[in-house]
Amino acid sequence: MKINDVILRTVVKGVVFIILTLGMYLFFAGHNAPGGGFIGGLVLASAVVLLYLAYDIETIQKTMPFDFKKVAAVGVLLATGTALGSVLFDVPFLSHTDGYFDLPLLGETHLTTVTIFEAGVALTVVGVVVTIILSINEEGGE
Amino acid sequence: MSNLLIAPMIIPIMTAIILVFLRDNVRMQRVISLITMGVIILISGFLLVEVKNNGIMRLDFSGWLPPFGILFVGDAFALLLVLVASIVTAACLIYAFSTIGEAHEKMFFYSFVLLLVAGVNGSFLTGDIFNLFVCFEVMLLASYVLVALGGGKRQLRESLKYVLINVVASWMFLVALAYLYGAVGTLNMAHISMRVAEAGQDPVLTTISLVFLIVFSLKAGLLLFFWLPGSYSVPPTSVAALFAALLTKVGMYALIRTFTLMFPNQPDITHTIIGVMAVITLLAGMAGAMGGRDVKTIATYNVIIGVGFIMIGLAIGNEQALMGAVYYLMHDMVAKALLFLCIGMMVYLTGETIVKNMSGLIRNYPLFGWLYFLGLCALVGIPPLSGFIGKVLIGQGAIAGGDYILLIVGFLSSIAVLYSLLRIFLASFFGETIIVMEDEVPIRKGMMGSLVLLAACVIFLGLGANYIMPFVEAAAAVLVDPSIYIDAVMPQGNE
Repeated sequence: MKINDVILRTVVKGVVFIILTLGMYLFFAGHNAPGGGFIGGLVLASAVVLLYLAYDIETIQKTMPFDFKKVAAVGVLLATGTALGSVLFDVPFLSHTDGYFDLPLLGETHLTTVTIFEAGVALTVVGVVVTIILSINEEGGE
Repeated sequence: MSNLLIAPMIIPIMTAIILVFLRDNVRMQRVISLITMGVIILISGFLLVEVKNNGIMRLDFSGWLPPFGILFVGDAFALLLVLVASIVTAACLIYAFSTIGEAHEKMFFYSFVLLLVAGVNGSFLTGDIFNLFVCFEVMLLASYVLVALGGGKRQLRESLKYVLINVVASWMFLVALAYLYGAVGTLNMAHISMRVAEAGQDPVLTTISLVFLIVFSLKAGLLLFFWLPGSYSVPPTSVAALFAALLTKVGMYALIRTFTLMFPNQPDITHTIIGVMAVITLLAGMAGAMGGRDVKTIATYNVIIGVGFIMIGLAIGNEQALMGAVYYLMHDMVAKALLFLCIGMMVYLTGETIVKNMSGLIRNYPLFGWLYFLGLCALVGIPPLSGFIGKVLIGQGAIAGGDYILLIVGFLSSIAVLYSLLRIFLASFFGETIIVMEDEVPIRKGMMGSLVLLAACVIFLGLGANYIMPFVEAAAAVLVDPSIYIDAVMPQGNE
């Protein structure tokens, strides 16, 4: 089945970057303002799903050759890993820390370990959402 | 503060995720999952001794003090169950190695078993009732996958039932949590206990506690067990054994915690209702076990009898009965796993499930036959095996509390257990052998090893009562007197 989706594809090419930017913004805005890993991850995943809708699965898998199940697994490992990291410093499990650092180009920057944890959450959300959408799409699965 | 308290939950989760990357390396998956369980057994054993010597431990996540943060509380009751659950899981894993098959193993079977264990251990250890809900969900999501994995038509039908029932129960759990939070304004279990006691557990709070009773009864199979016989008889043997040993026990743990820690102040209402439910559960379980014709039905109804019997201990509610309940809970985990593995083995060896169609197994497999007999004796409560001490304690508690009806029904149920299991033994193990030597299906070493491991636990729980009793006493002391738990959890001088 061949449908004419020039408009969709053209729009998606531009919109995907806006969505990805918004996703990253929400992700970094988290832990101080509304946003965070879960919401950012959902928005990022929606960009990926949009790409799958506009193009076919094979094309996207060629450009993004990830197994999204493994993306989710890496996310969980990252999140639990940072949680467990606090054990090494002999503070209660899940403790996080932050600090201000002078970085070249960025100037004084607020760096937190929560961001790493949130990155894990975001990866998990992206991995799970895309896996769910793909397996609904796949008709019968593997 | 002790970060070790999180280990029984976080280690299985992380290992489960690592196993995802080892999907095709089945051998590695087996080794890693077994090592993980071994490590958890060691850690929980160490924590248990530590708690007995130094009192209840707690771990405030990221240092948020109670009642504001989420916390894990390790008392003797929780840690005993974590320890036994981990041992049982290790045994079921060993059984699974040689029976579950490559198809399951490649579909992340070991990952899901480890996640199930993480949920179970988290439920035992948590000191925050919303966190209890989360841990329940971790456990249930893993169990949904395990019950449905590899399904034929019947398995799919039963797992659908199982999922639906549990989703509804979880929804009710959330509603009950909302009521509770609306009424007392806190989710920390120790803090709830304080506030409920201050309010004198008025009718509103008692009603909320009854909603919790319904929720946990659905999970534990107390009275509301209609889903249980179907769902527990369809999955592969090692999964069924894991479910029989762990899942209903988590529900019972939650019931015991709820009605000894949070809502202990109106025993006339709540404990009477629990007693009535336990009696009906026992009677129905007895009818099912004695009337069942295939081995799987008989085994699942024996699970229900176990639930009823332990809940009798909670309904009586004095120290001896609670000690009995704790002891019997541990025994029931081990013995039910043994029973289910034996039943699964019988089906594996003969390809039959109807009792009458099997005969003379003990001639072909003498060790297996006697291991089944050992499990039977333990479940009936013959001294010196593990069931005996729990039954005696609950019996003593019932006499001390004057609850003679509970006493009579409880001990009648032992006769039903004896009748139903002995019937299998006489019909299927004794008599003319139907399997000629050439057709004998060999029992693999791993299968026998897991049975022997569980049998050793059954014997140790009975003969080693001297070593275990101090821990059980410490556990029951907290159940009888919630202020020990509250003092350990709430910072001094708060409120």
